[in-house]
Amino acid sequence: MNMRTWFRTGTPWIWLNAAAVSISLILVFGLLAFIAVQGLSFFWPKDVIQAQYTERNGQITRLIGELHESEEVSAGRVRDSGYDVVIDETLYTRHLLKTGNRDSLGIDFRIILDKDLHELSYPAGLMTMERREWGNFYGYLKSVQQDGSIVAEGEASRAEFEARLERALALYDQIHAIEKGDIGEINYEIERLRLKERSLQLQGDSDPLKQADIVEQRQQLDQRYSVLQKQLNELYTLVKRDSITAEVMNGQQVVIPLAQVVRVYYPNDMNSFEKLGMYFSKLWEFVSDDPREANTEGGIFPAIFGTVMMVILMAIIVTPFGVIAAVYLHEYAKQGAVTRIIRIAVNNLAGVPSIVYGVFGLGFFVYFLGGNLDALFYPEASPSPVFGTPGLLWSSLTLALLTLPVVIVATEEGLSRVPRALREGSLSLGATKLETIWRIILPTASPAMMTGLILAVARAAGEVAPLMLVGVVKLAPSLPLDGNAPFLHLERKFMHLGFHIYDVGFQSPNVEASRPLVYATAFLLVVVIVVLNLVAIHIRNRLREKYRALES
Amino acid sequence: MSNAKPITTGLDMDTLHAGRRQLSLKDEEITLRIKDFNLYYGEKQALKNVNLEIPRNKVTAFIGPSGCGKSTLLRSINRMNDLIDNVSIKGEIQLDEQNIFDKSVNVVDLRRRVGMVFQRPNPFPKSIYENVAYGLRIQGINNRRTLDEVVEKSLRGAALWDEVKDRLHDNALGLSGGQQQRLVIARAIAIEPEVLLLDEPASALDPISTLKLEELIYELKDQYTIVIVTHNMQQAARVSDYTAFLYMGELIEFSDTNTIFTNPKTKQTEDYITGRYG
Repeated sequence: MNMRTWFRTGTPWIWLNAAAVSISLILVFGLLAFIAVQGLSFFWPKDVIQAQYTERNGQITRLIGELHESEEVSAGRVRDSGYDVVIDETLYTRHLLKTGNRDSLGIDFRIILDKDLHELSYPAGLMTMERREWGNFYGYLKSVQQDGSIVAEGEASRAEFEARLERALALYDQIHAIEKGDIGEINYEIERLRLKERSLQLQGDSDPLKQADIVEQRQQLDQRYSVLQKQLNELYTLVKRDSITAEVMNGQQVVIPLAQVVRVYYPNDMNSFEKLGMYFSKLWEFVSDDPREANTEGGIFPAIFGTVMMVILMAIIVTPFGVIAAVYLHEYAKQGAVTRIIRIAVNNLAGVPSIVYGVFGLGFFVYFLGGNLDALFYPEASPSPVFGTPGLLWSSLTLALLTLPVVIVATEEGLSRVPRALREGSLSLGATKLETIWRIILPTASPAMMTGLILAVARAAGEVAPLMLVGVVKLAPSLPLDGNAPFLHLERKFMHLGFHIYDVGFQSPNVEASRPLVYATAFLLVVVIVVLNLVAIHIRNRLREKYRALES
Repeated sequence: MSNAKPITTGLDMDTLHAGRRQLSLKDEEITLRIKDFNLYYGEKQALKNVNLEIPRNKVTAFIGPSGCGKSTLLRSINRMNDLIDNVSIKGEIQLDEQNIFDKSVNVVDLRRRVGMVFQRPNPFPKSIYENVAYGLRIQGINNRRTLDEVVEKSLRGAALWDEVKDRLHDNALGLSGGQQQRLVIARAIAIEPEVLLLDEPASALDPISTLKLEELIYELKDQYTIVIVTHNMQQAARVSDYTAFLYMGELIEFSDTNTIFTNPKTKQTEDYITGRYG
């Protein structure tokens, strides 16, 4: 076919379109697949190797650890890093080995050259142990002790260890429940009493009855506290009872108290099913537990919770606000230069860099609004701020402001799509404008509002920069929602997945260890956003279904 | 069509025309009085000095070519034109001797007295029941019994009850076009207006639905004063008692339907109804 006629048929144009769509799809799914694979593979229990390694000075040592990465590097680079290598051999294989045992070895990652690695094996009995401190432990279990005296040795120690670990974990859960739950509650109550006392003082109220009441309540709390403290002490002695002795790669024998152990497994002895079980147990820990060790270990539940909470609050704030603004702009305001300027301003607002919103939120919400709220309603808490400090409420408000243009634009779009016949139908029945808007127009435009909300949620959930200024922290001591009245603590700081990625990736003391966590957290953030969006899309589709016949 | 023969369709013309052979405005009680009415869209004058008297419990048709102002005139009667920017009026429309443009008239009350049905069926995206109950609900009537009664009565009045009584709570948008239009009429008569304005109510309907609608209009005039705008001359001849012919914003001729269709006074009217322009 003639080239020219071929062009005129439009076929190349279709191919171009198809190519653009395919590239977009490949990018989206490629991105998702990449972070999913990188993040999710982290939880797979890796086999532990043992090998002899010739050090730079010729000394031969034993290495134990997980092989994390291998790469080919040029001889020149190897030489630069201090190895004595023959320059004409061009490439060397280099491995990243996680040796763990930061307490006894100092570092938990080593870079090793493949050529110096001998007698590589996966011996049975090698143990991977996750601890509350000092990171992973790799080595051989030697014996189990109770109060310092050996109760099991050799083969028998593994079963004994398992049984005693279960007990220790149960005790630890109890300790955790008392410390976080009961004592947390008492502390909260005591703080409230202190504030009450202080506010009485500020009011110059020296009613002895009230004072006595406070004293009595405090005594009760103190009493409850001392009971709990006693319980705790008992639990601590109980949990300290057992320990194990294990051998690390340099032959050193170390004693590890069971109270420090989170999980233990023997990857070289496990079959695929056992590993799969361990995989899901680790994955569950990741999504349901609190972080440990400067966020490089444990779970990220508080971050998930904080993200979702913040997004929901943001949605609750931005929807009515945006809808009301859009209704005014579209239904009531006289169309003209002023509304045009407002629309331009609103659209431009969507283009303002998010960090600017953060600065605004800090200056206006936190310092001005929060500061004044404190001065007005919480004088007793002074000098420590209640609302005059970054927190959940201010974060949600800042993000609500950030996403407001999206909601306004989408809602206006929806309002202008409501057929005029519907308005006239309602007005002709003697409805006022307000009744018409409330009963007919808003419900009919609701799918468009949901579209706006979907876009807002998608943007807000992924936003990090402004949050760093108005409420997100690396580690929040308590969730913004708990059992202490008034249950929802809007003034509290919170954790956020996006910030968590930044924190773990860049601020972590142990970059190698935390890198897989960055991927896993990123993947989880994407999952959270997708879930939030799917919920909103589901609602929108149901609304659309209801009003579908109007669209045509 | 300029001869004396009425147009024959499926409808029994003799029945329809039986009652209005000797109609004369002098014998009628007047509901609406349009006096020297002018309407401007900005600079453009859409209605020029219209004088018209619309009789009670009769069907009055507005006919005329597109853009002649018949819909505008109709929409002025319940002040629907208020919604359009830049509209200004001069003159009066009196409903029961009161000028509806008077400051003391509440437009919401006016619209309750003057119901309207539009060109395209516009049921609300609610259930059939809620569509009919809408007018009452906004008046604050929420008593279930009252609503049930009114809904049934209105749907019967609009000849729709038998078709929808088993699915009152289904979405009204699931009805056919003709059913939707009758639902809209039921919705309008639920609040018992005095006047019912129909703006080309059959233009989006198929012939069978149109026929049903026309029968309905014929029945409704016992209780309501009906004003209908139509493009379809045959329809005007079939359903109306009086007909007004408008052209370029002016009322050319207004008389009882028989006279207009059989013995028009002006050349323009004759040309139009014989299909020479329009």
